[in-house]
Amino acid sequence: MNEKNILEKVMAEFPGVAFELIEENTDHPYLVIPAERTAGICRFLRDDPDLRLDALSNLSSVDEGEILTVVYHLFSYEHRHYSVLKVRVPRGAPDVPTVQTVWPGAGWFEREAYDLMGINFMGHNDLRRIMLPDDWVGHPLRKDWVEQEEYHGMGTSRNEPMDVLPLADAPEKEKQSD
Amino acid sequence: MERLADYIVYNLPFLQQIPRVIVDLIIMLFFATCMLLFWVALFAGITSWVERRVAGRIQSRIGPNRVGPQGFLQWIADGLKCFLKEDFVPAAADKKLFLLAPYIVFAGMFAVFVVVPFGDGLIISNLNIGIFYVLAISSLVVVGILMSGWSSNNKWSLLGGMRSAAQIVSYEIPVSLAILPVILLTGSLGMQDIIRAQGPYPWQWFAFHNPFTFIAFFIFFIGALAEGNRTPFDIPEAESELVAGYNTEYSGMRFVFFFFAEWANLYIIAALTVTLFLGGWNTPAHLYTNLFGLLHRSVDVAGTFVFILKSLFLVFVIIWIRWTLPRLRVDQMMDVCWKYFVPFSFANIVGTIIWMVLADAAPVLGYVRYILFVVGLMVPLAIAMKITRNFRLAKSEIHLNPFI
Amino acid sequence: MTEFITEEMTLNMGPQHPSTHGVLRFQLTSDGEVIHSVKPDVGYLHRSIEKIAEKVTYHGFMPYTDRVDYVAAMNSNFAWALTVEKLGGYQVPERAEYLRVIAAELNRISSHLIMLGVMAMDIGAVTPFPYFLRERETINDLLEELCGARLTYNYIRIGGVSSDLPDGFRDRALRFLDHFEPIIDEFNRLITYNEIFVNRLANIVIIPREQAIAWALVGPNLRASGVKWDLRKDEPYSIYPQVEFDIPVGKGEVGTVGDCFDRFIVRVDEMRESSKIIRQCLDKMPEGEIQSKLPRQLKPPKGEVYVRSESARGEMGYYLVSNGGLNPERVKIRTGSFSAMAIMEEVSKGIMIADMVALISSLDVIAPEIDR
Repeated sequence: MNEKNILEKVMAEFPGVAFELIEENTDHPYLVIPAERTAGICRFLRDDPDLRLDALSNLSSVDEGEILTVVYHLFSYEHRHYSVLKVRVPRGAPDVPTVQTVWPGAGWFEREAYDLMGINFMGHNDLRRIMLPDDWVGHPLRKDWVEQEEYHGMGTSRNEPMDVLPLADAPEKEKQSD
Repeated sequence: MERLADYIVYNLPFLQQIPRVIVDLIIMLFFATCMLLFWVALFAGITSWVERRVAGRIQSRIGPNRVGPQGFLQWIADGLKCFLKEDFVPAAADKKLFLLAPYIVFAGMFAVFVVVPFGDGLIISNLNIGIFYVLAISSLVVVGILMSGWSSNNKWSLLGGMRSAAQIVSYEIPVSLAILPVILLTGSLGMQDIIRAQGPYPWQWFAFHNPFTFIAFFIFFIGALAEGNRTPFDIPEAESELVAGYNTEYSGMRFVFFFFAEWANLYIIAALTVTLFLGGWNTPAHLYTNLFGLLHRSVDVAGTFVFILKSLFLVFVIIWIRWTLPRLRVDQMMDVCWKYFVPFSFANIVGTIIWMVLADAAPVLGYVRYILFVVGLMVPLAIAMKITRNFRLAKSEIHLNPFI
Repeated sequence: MTEFITEEMTLNMGPQHPSTHGVLRFQLTSDGEVIHSVKPDVGYLHRSIEKIAEKVTYHGFMPYTDRVDYVAAMNSNFAWALTVEKLGGYQVPERAEYLRVIAAELNRISSHLIMLGVMAMDIGAVTPFPYFLRERETINDLLEELCGARLTYNYIRIGGVSSDLPDGFRDRALRFLDHFEPIIDEFNRLITYNEIFVNRLANIVIIPREQAIAWALVGPNLRASGVKWDLRKDEPYSIYPQVEFDIPVGKGEVGTVGDCFDRFIVRVDEMRESSKIIRQCLDKMPEGEIQSKLPRQLKPPKGEVYVRSESARGEMGYYLVSNGGLNPERVKIRTGSFSAMAIMEEVSKGIMIADMVALISSLDVIAPEIDR
């Protein structure tokens, strides 16, 4: 079953859901699904005997300005086919239901997306920061993220060494020639 | 040693003025110091160098070779370094126990040397309970290790200490039981008596006396390895699991004491095995001592030489085992002890008793020892063949020269 | 009779623990030797490589991919090059493809050598480790001849490779392989089938097929669980379709499929297959260019790709979103160690501390690959 057929099958299975099938500018055609239906659609993808997308190959998050996107790259070891899903959520309320219940391996991927992109996976059993310290402010992979001035009294930026280091006095001549 | 004390007091009349107890005490302290400085310290240090060199060769690297010729003085350098280091005590440690523990471990090990024979007549004290004393006094080591593990207030140390205690206490049993056949055959607990009961020739050793002592020999040796925390039973100090086990928090001289005890323990294991099963200091010359007349002391020297040579060979075997085998898991180690060693050693005792009764009735059983000797020879032969096969298959160059 | 009360002990394993291979931390709750729960704590090596990717050019990101997985940096280079080439439709000369595969497979062998040596050491056999590293040293020498670096190579470039084979490389590589293939058997005699070693690994922490797939395990860990899946074979890229090799899978030789021993032996067999691949590549390699003509500043078209390739630790996927500019819009790196680490919490309940050590090393977890 090729990737497009899979996505069409999903669209047929869930009538009345606002899907968006996109084939441009991508190597795998993908389906944009509404956030609140994520878990149900994923479960269908995993359990349907023709699809059997039993592995979550990758879960990424992308900052696209006003919206944040979660990308699910799915793979079936049984039928050896791919499928890509996207969930778009507004920047202000980035709530996506967790797919941890469908693919347990998603747990850490979601923690990572939460940590670095600030996507709130609802229903996740252990949504903590994974890479960064628990008291870190902000989500660094967002485009508008500004680094903290200091962290626990440690500066996060350093001075330009040339400004700080005492330099030997440059010879007068060279100064003039500059 | 008592004889020596008598001799000294007899020849130096002014000593007779002083109470005998004090004289004995001074003489004992003197010999203990001599023992410590000239044998135990030297041996532990040199063994540490030998072990590292052997390990180096086994692992196709060189090992320490910078300090002194062939790195021979490395152990002195290491000792000095540790001596000069800060003796660090963790803030949360139980200070008294923490400071005391290495000495108890060391004392438990060192006290065993009282009954370790070096030759005919060359023994600090030929106690009539010799081997029993060894079993009793070496239990001090457990107390020390447990103290160090507990007082460090470090969970890894604690785990190491607990593992060690469990291991040593468990393996005491098969080790003691494996000694019993020998005691039955000898009828005495004294170390020299046990050696004298064996003959100079290999087939007269207790290891080959009958099938039960043959098994007991292996149980004793493996059990002793476990008691000495050596691979494959180095579970208490498994560095990949417990960082360094019970001695994680120690530094400087106290740390050295643990390793001092460990390396000296190597010699104890080897010497006890030689004493109990491998004929001790017996040489063929001992059969004809009276022929040597005035030179009979030279026979003793030869005996000492043979004894130490046998022990050193076993020390080498222990080192060899350590750098060859992986480590067992805790439960597997306990399985080996309780499921195999303990029942087998009980069977050995019963078997030895039956054998002794039968041997009285049928002297022909005495020839079994020759068969066992041949079987015993097969073990190193099989190992040698396996090694040659591996060498041939690996097509590797063989460097027999130990010096690089 | 008084009730016997035991108390759970919380142990902190790492970040400076001998068996945590880099900087990992586990919070163990144990009852004596038996572990009740494990909480992995990662992030000590987080260098925000994905954020850096958004600030640098496509060519400029290549050295950073070395640091994603410094034990098998060549494979990581390879994955990034494949990703950008797919996005931009850049061509690669055939000779360069062969050079890439040779370098990547050599690196795979050296990565597996480290894993196997370290695993033996974690089980308590210290001796095999120098032997494994001795072989790896030769590979490092070969790769150094090839690209001038021993660990972080930056050899594979977008559209080709940085340098051609030096003189005599082919002979030296063949000589190494002639020497190395019997050495694998020697390793097996030295450690793999050692009684104690087998007993320590067989039937320990069995990860069944379904669980491995659901937890997104990849690469050798997945194959050890009995899934015959190798991207080099099943989703071929580069010149892998033109070479013959097998995919070793866990057979439960001494225990059950998916136990620690299978994860060990699969890697041993994989080294043999890699060596086969290198031999064929050295034979078949055509003459020609090693780098296609590409602009100095790459500007791939707007779009997104997700490319997976088989690294030493399994599937290494780069999800790349481009906005048509000089810098990537978003790069997400999916690594094998990350999911291997995620499963740790699930499978390590009820095992002993010694098994925990075996599990960590059998999953071949590399800290920088988790944290990125």
